[in-house]
Amino acid sequence: MRRLTLIAVPYLWLLALFLVPFLIVLKISLSDTAIAIPPYTPTLDLSGGWAAVKAFWAELDMENFVWLTEDDLYWKAYLSSVKIAFVATVLTLLAGYPIAYAMARAAPEWRPTLLMLVILPFWTSFLIRVYAWMGILSNEGLLNGFLIWTGLISEPLTILNTNIAVYIGIVYTYLPFMILPIYSALEKMDDSLLEAAEDLGCSRLQAFWLITVPLSKQGIIAGCFLVFIPVVGEFVIPSLLGGSGTLMIGKVLFEEFFNNRDWPVASAVAVILLLILIIPIILFQRNEQKQREAEG
Amino acid sequence: MKRFSAFNVVSLTLGFAFLYLPMIILVIYSFNDSKLVTVWAGFSTKWYGELLQNEAFLDAAWVTIRVAVASSTIATVLGTMAAYVLVRAGRFHGRTLFSGMIYAPLVMPEVITGLSLLLLFIGIGLDRGIVTIILAHTTFSMCYVSVVVSSRLVSFDQSLEEAALDLGCTPFAAFRLVTLPIIAPAVISGWLLAFTLSLDDLVIASFTAGPSATTLPIKIFSAVRLGVSPEINALSTIMIGIVTVGVITASLVSKRASVKQQAEEQAAVRTA
Repeated sequence: MRRLTLIAVPYLWLLALFLVPFLIVLKISLSDTAIAIPPYTPTLDLSGGWAAVKAFWAELDMENFVWLTEDDLYWKAYLSSVKIAFVATVLTLLAGYPIAYAMARAAPEWRPTLLMLVILPFWTSFLIRVYAWMGILSNEGLLNGFLIWTGLISEPLTILNTNIAVYIGIVYTYLPFMILPIYSALEKMDDSLLEAAEDLGCSRLQAFWLITVPLSKQGIIAGCFLVFIPVVGEFVIPSLLGGSGTLMIGKVLFEEFFNNRDWPVASAVAVILLLILIIPIILFQRNEQKQREAEG
Repeated sequence: MKRFSAFNVVSLTLGFAFLYLPMIILVIYSFNDSKLVTVWAGFSTKWYGELLQNEAFLDAAWVTIRVAVASSTIATVLGTMAAYVLVRAGRFHGRTLFSGMIYAPLVMPEVITGLSLLLLFIGIGLDRGIVTIILAHTTFSMCYVSVVVSSRLVSFDQSLEEAALDLGCTPFAAFRLVTLPIIAPAVISGWLLAFTLSLDDLVIASFTAGPSATTLPIKIFSAVRLGVSPEINALSTIMIGIVTVGVITASLVSKRASVKQQAEEQAAVRTA
């Protein structure tokens, strides 16, 4: 009995506030837009009995999804989100790996402090960390001021409101997610393996490629998924740092809902976004499972 | 022997400069006298004064704190229960669905979570306001809490609990006297994580907040959309300050606690 309560409370909470809302999105994505409250048809009226349910079912269709494939904006936004997320993930890996590597090689008494320095920005507001770059990257901003002062450029570069600013913002805010899993993989590595490789005639670089990288593979994979998956649906970074040319699906969905008030299309956009993300999410879960099994 | 080459020094220096310089610049410029946020015109604290006069920000801050305290507390209770179920309840019908629902919100794009919750609240006719934000935040942060707590529960020696039960404890007393003290650090970090996630959230709050309740991130977002402002710099500095003090204190406390625990365990081993 007690066990049942223990299971039922969190179970029902998640059913009601996670699964059911998602089913509602699915249902509305199959409905038609209407000028009404709520702004879509059909609405299900259970008092009408079985006939009402049947009529309701008959009115659902794939129209919004057809519309999404016909309008350039949407599939361009999906493609561009996936592309931006992919490039940003590679950039974050390139920036994060050397940091994680250096942390894992640091003296053991230093590691907790370094680890805290990586985690600290993660506790700071995401919004503020993105906002901090607005003052740095703008035309009159500090970066341009500095570059003009050094004489490298004479005219300010336009960085804010371009995709470059979006990449900088993503690498900056998601860097801890890349560093932490790679660090925890590298930290466990046995150094005598490297010594053995060198004794057997490997150069340092070869030893790095043949031993360090493969041993940190799990960390690299986890880090890449932790960056890629949320970035595809990112909203704050493209709205604050990106420009009119930055097309990302999270932003499109937000605007479709709040500015155009087109709920069925917004819901259809959400359903497709989730379908795109399901493959990386499943791969990520598999990777985590494999890691747990390897450790356990 | 570990090799710590110049390359490692350079990557750590550049890496931490990249992570910290933007925030340091933000803090410095919050004390700038000029309204122009990129020109330095002398030291001033006037933006902090103006911030304290701004009632819209203060109201939003109060809403945000109430939401964060309420949602993180409920999320900690639910998340700890969920972790217990995941680790200890064994097999039951719908276990796969349950663990799926725990892990899915962690990777679900915020725009989808926000949209789906809003459609639910409208569907059941719940007026949007502070209650709906609390419900929304509780739902995603309980999943983070349960991940943090379950990783602690996995490494915990179950025989201690069994011993308590054998010695006549009720299951609830065994939980309170044996399990809870051991998982307490994880429960506390789960609460802190839920609290910060709630303070920080813009997207889900934008969907679930109504005209009667606006949170601080929503206010900040609508202000910074128009560009950089010295008042927001001042507000950011206050928030960065609170987080820094909080994280450093928490890490010192947990370090002391773990030292103390180790000493006690050693003492126990010696007496045995």
